[in-house]
Amino acid sequence: MQEAMISKAKQLLADGTVTRVIGWKKGEFAYDITPAIFESSEEIDRDFVYDDFTSTNVSKYLVKESKKEGKILAFLKPCDTYSLNQLTKEHRVDRDNIYVVGIPSDGKLDIEKIKAKGITGITGVERDGETLKISTVYGDETMSVADVMSNKCISCKSKKHVTYDELIGEDGEVITSDRFDMVEKLENMTSEERYNFWRGELSKCIRCNACRNVCPACTCENCVFNNPDSGVENKAAADSFEENMFHIIRAFHVAGRCTDCGECSRVCPQNIPLHLLNRKFIKDINSLYGEYQAGADTTTKAPLNDYTTEDCEASIVHERGVE
Amino acid sequence: MLKISVEKIDELFKAIAEKQTLYIPTDREDGASEYKKYEDGMKLSGNLNTLRSAKDFFFPQTENLADFKMEGKKIEVIDIREEAEDFVVFGVRACDARSFTILDKVFLSDPVDSYYKNRRDHGTIVTMACTKPAETCFCQTFGIDPTEPEGDVACWSDGESIFFKANTEKGQAFVDSVSGLLEDGDTTKLDETKAKTKEIMGKLPLANLSTEAFGGDKLMEHFKSEKWAELSESCLGCGTCTFVCPTCQCYDIKDFNTGNGIKRFRCWDSCMYSDFTKMAHGNIRNSQLERFRQRFMHKLVYFPSNNNGEFGCVGCGRCMSKCPISMNIVKVMKALEVK
Amino acid sequence: MQVNDNKEFQPLIVAFCCNWCSYAGADLSGTNRLNYPTNVKIIRVPCSCRVNPMFILRAFQRGADGVILCGCHPGDCHYTSGNYFTRRRMTLLFSMLDFLGIERDRTRVEWVSAAEGAKFAATMNEFTEAVKKLGPNRRLEDLRCRKQ
Repeated sequence: MQEAMISKAKQLLADGTVTRVIGWKKGEFAYDITPAIFESSEEIDRDFVYDDFTSTNVSKYLVKESKKEGKILAFLKPCDTYSLNQLTKEHRVDRDNIYVVGIPSDGKLDIEKIKAKGITGITGVERDGETLKISTVYGDETMSVADVMSNKCISCKSKKHVTYDELIGEDGEVITSDRFDMVEKLENMTSEERYNFWRGELSKCIRCNACRNVCPACTCENCVFNNPDSGVENKAAADSFEENMFHIIRAFHVAGRCTDCGECSRVCPQNIPLHLLNRKFIKDINSLYGEYQAGADTTTKAPLNDYTTEDCEASIVHERGVE
Repeated sequence: MLKISVEKIDELFKAIAEKQTLYIPTDREDGASEYKKYEDGMKLSGNLNTLRSAKDFFFPQTENLADFKMEGKKIEVIDIREEAEDFVVFGVRACDARSFTILDKVFLSDPVDSYYKNRRDHGTIVTMACTKPAETCFCQTFGIDPTEPEGDVACWSDGESIFFKANTEKGQAFVDSVSGLLEDGDTTKLDETKAKTKEIMGKLPLANLSTEAFGGDKLMEHFKSEKWAELSESCLGCGTCTFVCPTCQCYDIKDFNTGNGIKRFRCWDSCMYSDFTKMAHGNIRNSQLERFRQRFMHKLVYFPSNNNGEFGCVGCGRCMSKCPISMNIVKVMKALEVK
Repeated sequence: MQVNDNKEFQPLIVAFCCNWCSYAGADLSGTNRLNYPTNVKIIRVPCSCRVNPMFILRAFQRGADGVILCGCHPGDCHYTSGNYFTRRRMTLLFSMLDFLGIERDRTRVEWVSAAEGAKFAATMNEFTEAVKKLGPNRRLEDLRCRKQ
């Protein structure tokens, strides 16, 4: 795949279709891959990489990049195309200035999961079908790919590209996943159990804002939590209330706009399952206002910008679920 | 050298925890390790590379500085400072232990930060030599020997026993307080362990990283480098690297209106944030490039320039494993050292 | 008049009332000499749709034990559709608060028209009782704001 992408990028640069390419650049180790902009075929030959660790969703960078001079080539995985579509719908990117090449993804790996198995000193990772060979300074290890698959890929919702100018490989289908299982499990707990669960998780928050800054739906130029006039600007949670407020408000602000790309949980340095908050909103929207997938198209109204006179009352919250 | 057998470590923890608060690195459900207050039955993690550093115990993410009460036009200032309780942080790695040398330079030089000093005076740092360095480790770049940690008390494990050596008066008091549990032991196996760790250190991918190209005298050369644009272009501007860093020490002071008074508190700030340099007249660092450059220039150039060549990084590797886009100080150093 | 026993918990209730219907409804309940608890503090808003989720959270932060939002009946909004948006928003917000383990009886939306003074008083009595049963808000409070 990497070779096909490199030759495609070089070809589009050479024939002048695009002036820049956004992709991934290899790092010091086997897994520390950084999103990067490439402007020449030499740079591409030297550093361009597409492998099991290129999980970053690059669509958010297009907010800034698409406004620059010259067209940019973006290689987007199926999940990334949903984000781009949503950004297009909200007029946050200049879609005409982006050349999208859809690329398939058979799931990315999570280095944290590998390290959590006590493996350290990693010098190389090699994938051979369903097994993973990891070389370390302490000797070699093998494990199953499924064991260390990134959470966002385990609950993949779609292998279909919803927007592209060109595709490499075959397009996939929307798939049914069990992504709401954990939300449902929590819904079936008692209120106190849920409270304890979330207190345990949210109290880990260090307010680094990585979840917000990586989120393709969070594109406000001045976030309310950065605005000194908002009265809620805070850099660190001085009280547990602020942890709650930050995450509730952030999830609410992206409700109906979140495509469930899973970046928030992937980047969280404290491994807080933040995607569960977004999925709760998605699940509620689906069940109360009809199935809706943000980013599936660029025309339908977002559920929170819309209403029907027959909508359920807020009291429905009191009538269902576990007390 | 005094030692205790690994099986009896729980007894040691219990004995310490009876007298003062004890924090040890312990495994979390998600496989990571973090410092927790010791309670009976808690197990010491085999992974000393904790998510957050031991900095938190001396310079917490938020702390209250003072309270204000207002009645009419009268403002009463309430000093809420109290003498801290004695506590022990066990299992600090050599790199994290060195971070206190750096923090001390900032907080204990005149004017002394009394909040930090209070905790420093009452906290005992018990370090633990590394036996299993990670690929992200590069403490040796900054002249730190992970097999000879600093701290009030240094500890070593050879797999069977844990050896203790007091480095300071506070450390001696600590060793004396648990001396009933310790016995004299032979260090032959320990020396082998140390040699083995040193051998591994040499094999690590970052073993040859050098600070030669950096220091206080390299200011303009690096400041004007064209590489910053490329290095910073994918930076998200989050504060992850800053908040997991054991040496980052910038903070902000704010007032919080509680509705029945004012609480003045301080919290960690990050130079990666857009409002870090916001002042009455505006902001002097308007692009992520400038903010990004600041962080690394501070660690590699400004800090050594002000502190006799001491770098503001200890090579713990946390920013390397936590950055959402895997940009980090090593990549910056490697890019800048190439002329 | 009954003197309250100091030991009995008296909740603080914040009621956001839209200017055109519910606030007038509250007025009417007053002119009709209907009783509703003094625990209820009314905040007038131009439309129920003006209420940002942050308002609700901030009310809890500042010591509210329950928050109720009152607006025009669906279809009667002074601005045609404001309360329809409110309805979706608050349904989702309350569902999220419930998901986080905040007691669901601390929040409520009620439609009260300018002619429904009696409904306003009854709603407030009922809501205050419900919150009183729950006790003080501990799960979504800011400890710094607790009255010493």
